[in-house]
Amino acid sequence: MNVPTDLKYTKSHEWVRMEGDIATIGITEYAQAELGDIVFVELPDVGRALQPEESFGTVESVKTVSDLYAPVPGEIVETNGKLGAQSELVNTDPFGDGWMVKIRVSDASAAERLLSPDAYQAILES
Amino acid sequence: MPYIPHTEEDRKKMLATIGVDRIDDLFCEIPENLRFRGELDMPTGLDEHHLFLHLFEIAAKNLSSAKLTWFLGAGLYDRYIPASVGAVISRGEFLTAYTPYQPEFSQGYLQTIYEFQSMIAELYGMDVANASMYDGSTSMAEAALMSCAQTGRGKIAVSEAVHPHYRQVLETYAWSSSHQCVEIATPEGATTDFTHVDDETACLIVQYPNFFGQIEDLTAARAAATAAGALLVVVADPVAMALLPPPGEFGADVVVGEGQPLGIPMGFGGPMVGLYACRREYVRRLPGRIVGRTHDHEGRSGFTMTLRTREQDIRREKATSNICTNEALMALAATVYLCAVGKTGLRSVAESTVRNTQYAISKLTEAGGRIRFSGRVFGEFVLELPRNATEVRDQLIGQGIMAGLPLGPYYPKLEHCLLVALTEVRTKEQIDDFAAKLRAIL
Repeated sequence: MNVPTDLKYTKSHEWVRMEGDIATIGITEYAQAELGDIVFVELPDVGRALQPEESFGTVESVKTVSDLYAPVPGEIVETNGKLGAQSELVNTDPFGDGWMVKIRVSDASAAERLLSPDAYQAILES
Repeated sequence: MPYIPHTEEDRKKMLATIGVDRIDDLFCEIPENLRFRGELDMPTGLDEHHLFLHLFEIAAKNLSSAKLTWFLGAGLYDRYIPASVGAVISRGEFLTAYTPYQPEFSQGYLQTIYEFQSMIAELYGMDVANASMYDGSTSMAEAALMSCAQTGRGKIAVSEAVHPHYRQVLETYAWSSSHQCVEIATPEGATTDFTHVDDETACLIVQYPNFFGQIEDLTAARAAATAAGALLVVVADPVAMALLPPPGEFGADVVVGEGQPLGIPMGFGGPMVGLYACRREYVRRLPGRIVGRTHDHEGRSGFTMTLRTREQDIRREKATSNICTNEALMALAATVYLCAVGKTGLRSVAESTVRNTQYAISKLTEAGGRIRFSGRVFGEFVLELPRNATEVRDQLIGQGIMAGLPLGPYYPKLEHCLLVALTEVRTKEQIDDFAAKLRAIL
């Protein structure tokens, strides 16, 4: 299972790419494979403030609906509009075009507490 | 329903099948101290023949539209039901103990549900409808819960001119989910004061025509809801939709209603069928079952339940509704009814209703009643009498007429008022007779 080394991770299978104070967030290749064909992604409004681990949206596959959790606190600055018509991008390119939201992080130390690629890989293998 | 006999041998067989010695062993999970000891306070059994006689005697105490000339509506209506409705829904393929939703062997049933959804969505002028709910009141309460989930707000503004029983059901739902209901007073019989609709309000609920029969101004209701960022929920009589512009044309977010007028007998209050339609953008929060049209792997058209992930058995505590079923047989009755009467038939039902209503208004006001509210009505109106309406109603029952619903128990200020309903099955002679008898006792 692909676990890019330039990203951070959560136990709930979100990935985070930090660029300055902006965190781009999606779900991992493992997560999309577990969910199966994704048919709908519900994303929050831009401007919404999120607490750490707050649910900010849902991802719906043909068999279930899962909540998305904020890995870091902050404000939503952008959402991936492409997912409205092409939710399958989460399946085909989870770490690229399948990204979900961008958050302006309000607590930089929270990002440092996320899982490293090695630590996340270890969880997948356990 | 005949006796279903269980012989001693039957019982033994059933117990042996599940591996239990005695019937009491089935209750072993219930702690000793909670079990009832002693004899139940019940008469001894009757044989089938005497039981029927006993039940007929009790049933004879009921008042029904078969015995009296019926002017009582208030949510359930004495309408004509084509014989084809009973014939179709009594077929063994449809009359089952539980709705078969499996697409592998239920294409017929699923198709009827799909047709039902399509017709309800069209009647209400909305994008989508579900496979039905228990009744109009639970549909309305579900619409309120959906509005709260959609807006993230907890206040529900409901017009006092919405059916009092519906508001009671709403209160129960709201109480259990910690939402707050606020009632909008309607001293002139229609909803005009929107001060309660504010930026904490999830939805505004009005009825169309309302409980007093008045045709609400949905343009004003829509504007008030929009200004507050709230959803507009409309409870609408499906038969009136044949003449009135449907709530969808006014931009309603959710339209709900009681489907009983569509081919279902009043039946002393049940079973009924709840109608529920909404705009497409809310489809993922729509409660209950939805049947969709699709293709199988050979490209043949077929029907199956769809958007199942909204429902509680999958979504668990995050689901906004706990309804994972529909009122299938009654929805089928409504479907057969709508197919039988068709577009022009439903329009003629509605037109006859309006004509009878206008005739009754002229006759009953000549007889000494007064029209309490001045707005336009469809098939029902509030008649103010010179004295207590309950007494008048009771007196007229003795003369073969169910005159309507006395409003005092629900609206203390209206204790001299009677809610009178007309349908297409009332005749000029019946209305004249009602007016003559009313005049005589006033």
